[in-house]
Amino acid sequence: MSGQQSALSDIARQVRRHVVRMVANARSSHVGSALSIADILTVLYFRTLKVYPDDPWREDRDRFILSKGHACTALYATLALRGFFPEKVLDTYCANGTSLPGHSTMRCVPGVEVSTGSLGHGLSLGCGLALAARRFGQKHRIFVLLSDGECDEGSTWEAALFAGHHKLDSLTAIVDFNRIQAFGDTSEVLNLEPFGDKWAAFGWETKSVDGHDLAALEAALASLPYRAGRPSLLIARTAKGKGVSFMENRLAWHYKSPNPAELEAALKELA
Amino acid sequence: MRKAFIKALTEEAARDKRIWLLTGDMGFSVFEDFAARYHDRFLNAGVAEANMTGVAAGLALSGLMPFMYSITPFVTMRCFEQLRIDVCYQNQNVRVIGGGGGLCYGSAGGTHHSLEDISLMRSLPNMTVVCPGDPREVTAAVRYSLDHSGPMYIRLGRDGDPLIHAGDVTLQPGKAITLRAGTDVCLIATGNILGNTLKAADELLKRGVSVRLISMPFVKPIDREAILSAAGATRALFTVEEHSLIGGLGSAVAEVLAESGKPVRFQRLAIPDRLFKEVGSQDYLRELIGLSPTGIAHSVLALLDRQS
Repeated sequence: MSGQQSALSDIARQVRRHVVRMVANARSSHVGSALSIADILTVLYFRTLKVYPDDPWREDRDRFILSKGHACTALYATLALRGFFPEKVLDTYCANGTSLPGHSTMRCVPGVEVSTGSLGHGLSLGCGLALAARRFGQKHRIFVLLSDGECDEGSTWEAALFAGHHKLDSLTAIVDFNRIQAFGDTSEVLNLEPFGDKWAAFGWETKSVDGHDLAALEAALASLPYRAGRPSLLIARTAKGKGVSFMENRLAWHYKSPNPAELEAALKELA
Repeated sequence: MRKAFIKALTEEAARDKRIWLLTGDMGFSVFEDFAARYHDRFLNAGVAEANMTGVAAGLALSGLMPFMYSITPFVTMRCFEQLRIDVCYQNQNVRVIGGGGGLCYGSAGGTHHSLEDISLMRSLPNMTVVCPGDPREVTAAVRYSLDHSGPMYIRLGRDGDPLIHAGDVTLQPGKAITLRAGTDVCLIATGNILGNTLKAADELLKRGVSVRLISMPFVKPIDREAILSAAGATRALFTVEEHSLIGGLGSAVAEVLAESGKPVRFQRLAIPDRLFKEVGSQDYLRELIGLSPTGIAHSVLALLDRQS
């Protein structure tokens, strides 16, 4: 691992430490869903996205939409580490009067673009942003991070069809393909396969990557669009609960909140 | 009303570059001129209303003002959650345009009737609800919407709705329009039933009943002052709407009256809480449920009889 990648993996580790602490303190859910995207968010915010923590709404910023808004702890932690707001704010997650709700809400803190939490909304919003950017001749890019379970939603496919038809090549969707949704494996609940072929059939150019390989993620997001005149789809093969051995690939950690002993064990693994 | 809508929007779009028109594959023979003039601001989003709503919110987030159109149930109910979150929760300048409110598509059957839309739209935070009573109110609503900040629902009737106002109208936010200053009863109408309500007022006048007639395009925010002033000045108040009894204009006025503490005779004239099994034209269905001019007048007289 190069020095740069080592620094990046250290950030991803810090994101995960924040995530397990926030979820444990708040007795909230979705720790597995958040751990699953820690590496993707780290690469996005520390390598890929053109963002300005000191001027968060600058017009030429790249737009990021966390369509799987239930995994917001990872987004909040990444934004704080990137300097959008103080890390101590993370301690207030889900507390009375907090600015950090359990599903990311538009401009609740600097850097959060839109309100998500109900699945199947983010990609349509991204299409609208991409259309407007084209209309205004703006060069910024739009990234939407979806869950695989979210691809059960019909609205996701309405948006996929729309983006392909309108050749929205400033739009990149990343799917956190961890294969576990709220109440079962994606293959058992509603089989999504052949997943990449479906997107390709809708007019997207697709790639697949190990969603925990920071160098591979960085490379996969380095040159966009994958093909001029097409929206890009990156299927990130991930493990739910990644980074904490007893949470990895376990459905229960979609909902469970770590008790004090589990938190301690998790932080030890993430030390 | 749809022609008045597109005419006003086409005129305003020449001046206001924020205006986009999105449609869920509706508007054949009506939207072509707009599409030709402003091809880069016209978007047929396909028969995919949920996505159209999200796209509209994304455009609005970027500083544009999308008008999204379809037949009323499809542009309010099919995409209700997108309206709730993407548009209203995020307080975006999206204009939701419902064509064929109430029973305009009478013979098309229940899928195309729109009897719950006002209730649903009224319940959404940040949403302003406007039901123009005639084509001139439609024009006024389009113009008003350009200065309005936040989401709006505009409920249209059909082409061929009668002109009620003699000349141009200007909408003031949340304000009703008094058409006649009678003293015996007050009829408050919203949307496309205004024409029949006016005819009912004529019938009542012939029977010696003087009617204060109010057009109330804004169901939300509601004009409390107009309601309470009418309650003090007339013997009975009636709301008239081509919408369910539940949650529409009648409910909004009842809320104001109930909390005012004023003793007032009040009746909602609307569509009973049932699905239509009957099939027929808008006028035929209006007749069946007592929303013809005579039906409205009859309900008024019946209440006055009971009162005396």
